[in-house]
Amino acid sequence: MPVMTIAEALREGIREEMRRDPTVYCLGEDIGVPGGFGGAFTVTLGLSDEFGHDRILDTPISEIAIAGVAIGSAMTGMRPIADVQYGDFLFCMMDQLANQAAKMTYMSGGTVKVPMVMRAPVGSTRRGSQHAQSLEAFFTHIPGLKVLAPSTAYDAKGLLKSAVRDDNPVLIFEHKLLYGSKGGRSEQGALSAAGEVPDEEYLVPIGKGIVRREGKDVTIVGKLLTVYRALGAAERLAQEGIDAEVIDPRTLVPLDKELILESVRKTGRLVVVEEDNATHGWAAEIAAFVADEAFFYLDAPIKRVSAPDTPPPFAPPMEAFYVPSVERVIEAVKSLF
Amino acid sequence: MIDMADAPMPTTSVSRMLHLYREMLLIRRFEERCNALFLQGKIPSTLHLYIGQEAVAVGVSSVLREDDYVLGTHRPHGHGLAKGVSPDAMMAELFAKVTGCCKGKGGSMHVGDMSVGAFPAIAIVGANAPIAAGSALSAKMRGTDQVTVAYFGEGGANEGAVHEAMNMAAVLRLPVIFVCENNLYGASTPVSQVVAIAQIADRAAAYGMPGVVVDGNDVIEVARVASVAIERARRGEGPTLIEAMTYRLCGHSRSDACGYRTREEEAEWREKDPLVRLAHQLTTGMQAVDKTALDEIENEVTRRIDQAVAFAEASPSPEPEDALLHVFWENT
Repeated sequence: MPVMTIAEALREGIREEMRRDPTVYCLGEDIGVPGGFGGAFTVTLGLSDEFGHDRILDTPISEIAIAGVAIGSAMTGMRPIADVQYGDFLFCMMDQLANQAAKMTYMSGGTVKVPMVMRAPVGSTRRGSQHAQSLEAFFTHIPGLKVLAPSTAYDAKGLLKSAVRDDNPVLIFEHKLLYGSKGGRSEQGALSAAGEVPDEEYLVPIGKGIVRREGKDVTIVGKLLTVYRALGAAERLAQEGIDAEVIDPRTLVPLDKELILESVRKTGRLVVVEEDNATHGWAAEIAAFVADEAFFYLDAPIKRVSAPDTPPPFAPPMEAFYVPSVERVIEAVKSLF
Repeated sequence: MIDMADAPMPTTSVSRMLHLYREMLLIRRFEERCNALFLQGKIPSTLHLYIGQEAVAVGVSSVLREDDYVLGTHRPHGHGLAKGVSPDAMMAELFAKVTGCCKGKGGSMHVGDMSVGAFPAIAIVGANAPIAAGSALSAKMRGTDQVTVAYFGEGGANEGAVHEAMNMAAVLRLPVIFVCENNLYGASTPVSQVVAIAQIADRAAAYGMPGVVVDGNDVIEVARVASVAIERARRGEGPTLIEAMTYRLCGHSRSDACGYRTREEEAEWREKDPLVRLAHQLTTGMQAVDKTALDEIENEVTRRIDQAVAFAEASPSPEPEDALLHVFWENT
């Protein structure tokens, strides 16, 4: 089985879907310009050679129009895969996503559909506050949007293909440190999320989480980069006799609640790790529904490991302090015993 | 600016003019009935009525095909009716009934019916323009010659979304017509306070597309100018910005007593009422029709609206729990 990075796996997923369905196309900034980057993180590199510049469509720097064009084309028979260079730019198109894409099916009484994909890189990577935020939680709060967060190459391809075939607006958040982008677009401090990706076609279903590591003493839930932080913590905790189970929901909306509840019923302890500000956040929501639905299985308080309530800082020591570390996860877990 | 010398002469057969009159009268009487029903407490939502602007939507839609698209605004009843949305389904939506064109989920500001090419109306000012560009791109990619019309006001013209959409449409030569209905006031704010140039259409040059100003209260003129833009778009020559000068002969919304404009100004515009003008054209000159022809249309329109109201009143309300449906497509 070939080994691919996440960037490569996404590219192959897009390629397969575009070959399969002529209504699938990509639009975004710098995605197909000859001699360009293939998108900010090389995901679409080379695709215009096969599909041409009508289907790998380079746009002006106009995030509102990118989103609006995706919506309007999706409502009239196309299946766009749009992207932004940095997730932070989703705020520029917020009305189109939150008021238009998310509400169109609902406010039309279920008479129209918006089968579009919006891809967005997230994560703090030495670019300062405006190219660093982890925005997933914002979008999980908007009914009508599906929100995906693949952390492996296998999942990235399988979830992207499912997203393209879904009849709803789907946001895919991708972590910059997990892409495995090469050459001039490689990232300092990147992890290897490369993995085996089958040659034959497969889909990863939207709404199904996965247990990344089985354990019996504590459940650690993470997403994107923090899955790896959780796995790193679990390895070290094992040496100290604490057997942690690590869960990667993969899809944030709809959330595989049962997978998390099942784990917590087994372990009796829960730590949620996120690279985002804590207040009113994603981890808070996980904690709330577990407290609601599995309170009597809990042996200890639920702990969150989040970024502090600050914008992402630039200086590497401050950034390392901001992004949840393996050490902070270990500390949180130990506080439960 | 489009060189209007190139524009085809309008086809102003009597039967076509009578048809346009009927379409405009349907909107006028629909809106007046809505107003009365609102005052009776039968329509629960706010209303932004299209009274006075009927010639714009009717003129544009009269030269569109059924498979073309329009995207209306927060003042969308006229845009939708002119494109063929059923008065029954629209009235039922205003009554918040389950038989409404949005099953009671949309209300006045979201009426539409994609099966006749009317997008659910977009009530965020200017936000429909990028979506219209997407619809136009879709037509181009699917290899059809459908065109898409985005309506917005002179107030909406100042939204960033409209700027991004116009530039994108021009760069990609998309078959979209931007129709700016300049009714002189964005809610209460006069256009002179929000725009430093003479005409919104002047902005078209900055995007590299034709721009044209038209008397928006002259349905024949609107249709003529729109047909030039539409045929241009169908030929793959890209977008056009049409600025239709018109006037709201009613308040901005149901709570508006129009304290920001003078009664004299309103009286001047009442004389330019598009329905009165078309009626005058129809009943004078060489091909004058008998006034009874207009009376017949009046009666027919009244019956049509009576029927819509009866349908809406007889329709059931949605169940409270229906609020949970249609969040995602698979729930539908």
